[in-house]
Amino acid sequence: MRALTVFWNILSKDMRSYYLKPPNISWGLIFPLAWTGMFFIRSGVGLESVPELLPGVMAVSVLFGTTSMLAVTVTFEKKHRSFERLLLAPIPLELLMLAKTTGAIVFGVANAFVPVIMAAFLMDLSVVSWGTLIPAVVLIAFSSTFLGLFIAVSVSEVFEAQTFSNFFRFPMLFLCGLFFPIERLPVWLRPVSYAMPLTYGVDLLHESVRRAGTMPAVLDFGMLAAFCAVLFAVSLRNIKTKWIL
Amino acid sequence: MSGGSEPVIQVEGLAKHFDGVQAVADVDFEVREGELFGFLGPNGAGKTTTINMLTGLARPDSGTIGIAGIDCSKKPKAAQHLMGVVPDESNLYPELSGFENLSFCGALYGMDRRDRRERAGELLERFGLDAAAERKFAGYSKGMKRKLTIAAGIIHSPPILFLDEPTTGIDVASARQIRRLIADLNAAGTTIFLTTHYIEEAERLCGRIAFIVEGRIVRIDAVGNLMRLTEGRHVVRLSVSGGAAGLCEAIAAEMPHLACTTTGDGDIRVESTEPVRVGPLVRLLEDSGAEVFEARRVRESLEDVFVRITGIEAGAMKQEKDRAKAGAGA
Ligand SMILES: Nc1ncnc2c1ncn2[C@@H]1O[C@H](COP(=O)(O)OP(=O)(O)O)[C@@H](O)[C@H]1O
Ligand SMILES: [Mg+2]
Repeated sequence: MRALTVFWNILSKDMRSYYLKPPNISWGLIFPLAWTGMFFIRSGVGLESVPELLPGVMAVSVLFGTTSMLAVTVTFEKKHRSFERLLLAPIPLELLMLAKTTGAIVFGVANAFVPVIMAAFLMDLSVVSWGTLIPAVVLIAFSSTFLGLFIAVSVSEVFEAQTFSNFFRFPMLFLCGLFFPIERLPVWLRPVSYAMPLTYGVDLLHESVRRAGTMPAVLDFGMLAAFCAVLFAVSLRNIKTKWIL
Repeated sequence: MSGGSEPVIQVEGLAKHFDGVQAVADVDFEVREGELFGFLGPNGAGKTTTINMLTGLARPDSGTIGIAGIDCSKKPKAAQHLMGVVPDESNLYPELSGFENLSFCGALYGMDRRDRRERAGELLERFGLDAAAERKFAGYSKGMKRKLTIAAGIIHSPPILFLDEPTTGIDVASARQIRRLIADLNAAGTTIFLTTHYIEEAERLCGRIAFIVEGRIVRIDAVGNLMRLTEGRHVVRLSVSGGAAGLCEAIAAEMPHLACTTTGDGDIRVESTEPVRVGPLVRLLEDSGAEVFEARRVRESLEDVFVRITGIEAGAMKQEKDRAKAGAGA
């Protein structure tokens, strides 16, 4: 009960202070729109390709919607020392960091459904396997957020967090199987693809939207969950060793 | 107040270094229940580092920390529910109002909504901030910010309160108000650990004081005992024209039983274990070419005791601090 009070209040403060601000919301809407437009222009194709584009736009929306948020909710608060208040609160660090990341996760999931809603006007969504798609989106949001957390606790300036997250985001974008199928990448690059959480998330999205996954869903889910666990654990360790000097 | 009996804070052999700097070295002390304990020392002495280790924001290199009988050396979060912490810099949320800040801080300690609102309202009124309750923290003056930060530190009515330089860098009126609040809190039973570099503040508020210099405690004693060190010493201060250069040498040559120093503002300070005979002293100075305007008996203060024990000139300590603050910007 007490833990719930703490969790909810940290989450709702971040929601009010950061996530539900007009610039953030409009970004969440414009970003998927822009990506959809880009995909159409690049491929020069018509509406029949919407199912092919949807997984990519969803994945990109989640990735960009989540990773950089932690630069604000964590790095910024650390820099301005209000994060010390949270570290002084009599709650386990795990609960605290879950509360600090849940906002980004929720926001990321919401972002993913912006292109889905747009696609609903353009394609028949009855083919989508929601039972796979929804947990896949949630796990992508978790893993991208925890990647953002890992970055946010490894740096001390907000701009560093943002630069550093691009260092992860752009390679992920190009190597996760969104633009080119992984089989068409040079052999030496493939291991890099398989070392990225987004690869497994994108595979699940392709599977649920158009039955075009290349790996067993169980493997995809397992790898995503493993990435979440490792990134979260390493981030907590970094906070304990680097911030609690 | 040297009240209670139980030690609520028990520290032994506490040490901490930062790359090459020994911030805290082998510190031992105890704070008893209901006490107002002062940590007095210059900038960089290790006061903040000590508070950080006690409250779980820093990990000691060695030593043990007991808070209310709980061993916090290995589990720094184990006693955090008993503590209120007021950092040296106001670190509340600029985008939240005064009321929202207090309510949020209460929530961090698991207080339910009704308790938080009630207590926040009560504290805002008590700190004279009720008119600013709905204004954003970012727009508060320095004094208001510090007061709200203290209110946030006691929102959950902690039995132990840590205050890191609570009156540094704020206006005189707010500082007075804050000192009164601290005294009231202590009178109502809160055990308080306070750091300061203002000697008068330590003297006025604290029951016992630890002098800390370069990470080491050089003396811990009750203020009463420290003041007793001033007894049996006779000090006379003389204002002279044309500066005090060379005069102490003249005194040392003629009146070796007097210890002479020159003060920061060009006066001469003469100290002895017997009453100082002013007539011969003035004649000697005038024979040495100085003109004496005033000679007065000085009662020794805690400041003199501090200077004597630590070897640190108190004025220099304050100036250094204020320079550091000014350099850091507003
Ligand atoms: N995070 C840190 N990294 C490096 N040195 C530090 C750090 N914190 C404190 N110090 C050093 O430790 C010493 C004690 O600092 P501090 O505890 O802040 O002193 P005080 O609060 O008494 O002014 C100083 O020399 C300071 O420079
Ligand atoms: Mg300090």
